[in-house]
Amino acid sequence: MGILEVKNVGKRFGGLQALSDVNLSVRENSVHAIIGPNGAGKSTLLNCLVGKLIPDTGSVMFDGQSVLGRAPYEINQMGISRVFQTPEIFGDLSVLENMMIPCLAKRDGSFELNAIANVMSQRDIIETAERMLEEMNMADKRHMNAASLSRGDKRRLEIGMCLSQEPRLLLLDEPTAGMARADTNNTIDLLKQISDERSITIAIIEHDMHVVFSLANRITVLAQGTPLVEDDPENIRGNPKVREAYLGESA
Amino acid sequence: MFGLDKRDTSLLMIVAVLTLFAPFILNPFPTGSGLAQFNAGYPDLMQRFVIFGIFAIGFNILFGLTGYLSFGHAAFLGVGSYSAVWMFKLLSMNVLPAILLSVIISGLFALVIGYISLRRSGIYFSILTLAFAQMSFSLAYSVLTPITNGETGLQLTLDDPRVLGVTATADGSIPVTNLFGLEMRGTYEMVVGPWAFQFNMGYYLCALVLIAAFYLAIRIFRSPFGMMLRAVKSNQQRMNYTGLNSKPYTLAAFVISGMYAGLAGGLMASMDPLAGAERMQWTASGEVVLMTILGGAGTLIGPVLGAGFIKYFENIFSKINDNVLHGWFAILPDGLEDFIVFVVHPFIGKGWHLTLGILFMLVVIYLPGGLVEGGQRIAGWVRGNKKPDAPQSETKPAE
Amino acid sequence: MDAFLLQILNGLDKGSAYALIALGLTLIFGTLGVVNFAHGALFMIGAFCAVTVRKFLNLSVETIDPERTDFLGNPLKVKTPYVENWFGPEFGGLIIDWSVPIAILFAIPIMIAVGFIMERGLIKHFYKRPHADQILVTFGLAIVLQEVIKYFYGANPIPTPAPDALNGVANLGAIIGMDLIYPVWRIVYFCFACLIISGVFAFLQFTTFGMVVRAGMADRETVGLLGINIDRRFTIMFGIAAAVAGLAGVMYTPINSPNYHMGMDFLVLSFVVVVVGGMGSLPGAVLAGFVLGILESFASMEWAINLIPGINQIIIYLVAIVILLVRPRGLMGRKGVMED
Repeated sequence: MGILEVKNVGKRFGGLQALSDVNLSVRENSVHAIIGPNGAGKSTLLNCLVGKLIPDTGSVMFDGQSVLGRAPYEINQMGISRVFQTPEIFGDLSVLENMMIPCLAKRDGSFELNAIANVMSQRDIIETAERMLEEMNMADKRHMNAASLSRGDKRRLEIGMCLSQEPRLLLLDEPTAGMARADTNNTIDLLKQISDERSITIAIIEHDMHVVFSLANRITVLAQGTPLVEDDPENIRGNPKVREAYLGESA
Repeated sequence: MFGLDKRDTSLLMIVAVLTLFAPFILNPFPTGSGLAQFNAGYPDLMQRFVIFGIFAIGFNILFGLTGYLSFGHAAFLGVGSYSAVWMFKLLSMNVLPAILLSVIISGLFALVIGYISLRRSGIYFSILTLAFAQMSFSLAYSVLTPITNGETGLQLTLDDPRVLGVTATADGSIPVTNLFGLEMRGTYEMVVGPWAFQFNMGYYLCALVLIAAFYLAIRIFRSPFGMMLRAVKSNQQRMNYTGLNSKPYTLAAFVISGMYAGLAGGLMASMDPLAGAERMQWTASGEVVLMTILGGAGTLIGPVLGAGFIKYFENIFSKINDNVLHGWFAILPDGLEDFIVFVVHPFIGKGWHLTLGILFMLVVIYLPGGLVEGGQRIAGWVRGNKKPDAPQSETKPAE
Repeated sequence: MDAFLLQILNGLDKGSAYALIALGLTLIFGTLGVVNFAHGALFMIGAFCAVTVRKFLNLSVETIDPERTDFLGNPLKVKTPYVENWFGPEFGGLIIDWSVPIAILFAIPIMIAVGFIMERGLIKHFYKRPHADQILVTFGLAIVLQEVIKYFYGANPIPTPAPDALNGVANLGAIIGMDLIYPVWRIVYFCFACLIISGVFAFLQFTTFGMVVRAGMADRETVGLLGINIDRRFTIMFGIAAAVAGLAGVMYTPINSPNYHMGMDFLVLSFVVVVVGGMGSLPGAVLAGFVLGILESFASMEWAINLIPGINQIIIYLVAIVILLVRPRGLMGRKGVMED
């Protein structure tokens, strides 16, 4: 049994069958990559996992509980954090405040009317947030406005925000899209370090084969809305079906 | 002090000093002098300053923090006024229960309207609040006449029951509003040389409420709740994917700001016990938007400054007429004098709204941070840009 | 049955005004992506074009009539409008009488110019700012325009009657054997509105210019990528929207004497109409304009008021609230417009 079990999921948009009969099992503490050519349904699948879309058929179970029909914030509270393709952070807030918000969400739940206490008196929150910033090598930037960070730093901050919630599953949506080579390598190193040091499961949707093969220990190939094969990286590399469907041009 | 850091404490102190000494500060010119018309230290004008200050502080909690632009906040002010007057009619002339009731009723009202309106965001939210406010206004004018007394407005009469008070005073007139016997209209005049300063009971009640309201606003701004509201404005998507439900946060902000508006309405009725539907019209909602933006939305002191600024100049501008202008420019040659008066004429007297509209446009275009940002820029310019990134509300004590 | 038809007719004139203003609002919103709170002011400026034209036509020269005397025995001073001097009393009188339709000729260039100036001078700078800023700055502009008009024309409504020939009532029902007494000018207004609306639609449908604009409404970025100078066309579009609102105002003057705050009054309702019709949908705006006008007219019938007191005052808002909650994109809107 994996921590995330996707069974027979299908999703239709008007005339387009975006997903059909998707089965997927993400094992605990693995780094699971979902790859596929453009239009294979990767983003649709991801949106079904985090509550943005509700699939027409099938089930999605996280740690034995169904996530279907739950709002994104509820799914997050269950232990799934999401990193977006373009970093989604609180641009108007300082870096430290950005980091404090997920800590507050973890401590107080989805809503807490804490309107009188001073934010700066929440020692435990500030400590956790600062520790996380240090881990992300961003402690010196804590008073900067998050919007003024570089692209790479925004990505680090976003990952740090997700990690500070100590999620059990971290979902990444093409985390290196549009990045320069150096930034991409930094992000790969960061993610490697995360999966080595923490007991966390990572599911990653990726286009860049370099990223996939340097990180993943399990790969699902998606083509035309349905999984072609799920296997270990070495086997995927040699699989003729995959070569044909996807790697054809790049391998 | 009071759980605030140094900077916020000094901000609170500035506001406290400004309001408590307003009868002096606003009356700088001797009574008989030609400039006395620029004095603003009259009880009813000062009351308006602080009441609209409270209104704007509350509006800013919603708009400044969450970015949700409501065009219907005057409805809550109106509801507050009606509730207070009803309390005077039915219970007693003590303002305390009246104000409490106006806060509660407008809070409930805001809860209902907010619950529905907040299901949408952006411009749809603005239009929903606008529609609700106009609806309340129309209803207050027509069907709800038994409660609102329609076009005439709700007034006290000699046969109101007032179960805990008296229906009429010994000499057969309507009793006046009071706080445990202290009459709201009671005014002490202090004459110092050519100056006359007026200390009004009602004003000081409003001033104390303003200070308390401002203090509460600081606490909200600096609280985890306030941080969440800023997060709503900044990025709702990230908020939802961080396990936070933004709906109750915005709804709470909406209700709190509605209660502030109700408080302002209750105070308004306590100073002058009548309530009319025109207080609920959408242009009245527009006015509080103007105040907040002009002062500086999202800053602490901005709305107070904006409210003071607008109400002060509204009063002053309407007093200036052509004769005054001719007096000012008398040194100039005749032709030039007439020309200047001719040019300035549309902007003064009844033209105040024109000036306000132009000013407002200029602020939105060039100074989105309002007066507060203007103050910061001037301060930065004077200091030679030594500290470029002071994040919030460094202000000069204006007026 | 008669009463039923009459209510529909009664709703048409207000509905026409709603539809025309909402059409302009939607054009501006759909093409420029700007929420224009000053659009009601354009309606009002149009109305005051009619007032001004009437004023100018009534400019008079004072002459002394030696043959008649006033009650003191002095020669009587007679005011004759210049137009009567120039064209003779009969034709001149006719011109004055027809001042409202004549005002249309003047209003078109004036309104287009006003639209150009507004777009180039102000709105242009707000394309990339948040909708809240657009609302605020155009709200400020609306106040300014309204106050300028108030400064020049005063605060009181200025009666501006329709030509005598169109001032009476007609029995519309005569043809079908029913009794439907209805003011002629309102019929004129409705026909005029239909003409303008079909003109705008034909323009968008059958000209290359209109095609580009429609493409721009559907997907602004792509059209921009094609190398078409979409901005200039949008400026022209703004002028056209202003003209539509202005003409609606000109023709509305005989129905309601214009005053300086009529723009604000109509603005709120027109926004509600746009929302009900669906943000960004032109047919939706027109449809919703007429539907809401007619609904309002039905709601002011006696049985409706007896059933739900005050329903005539709030029906439009009520409908808007329900629509926004149940079907956020409105009657005919596309999904996802302005849902940020």
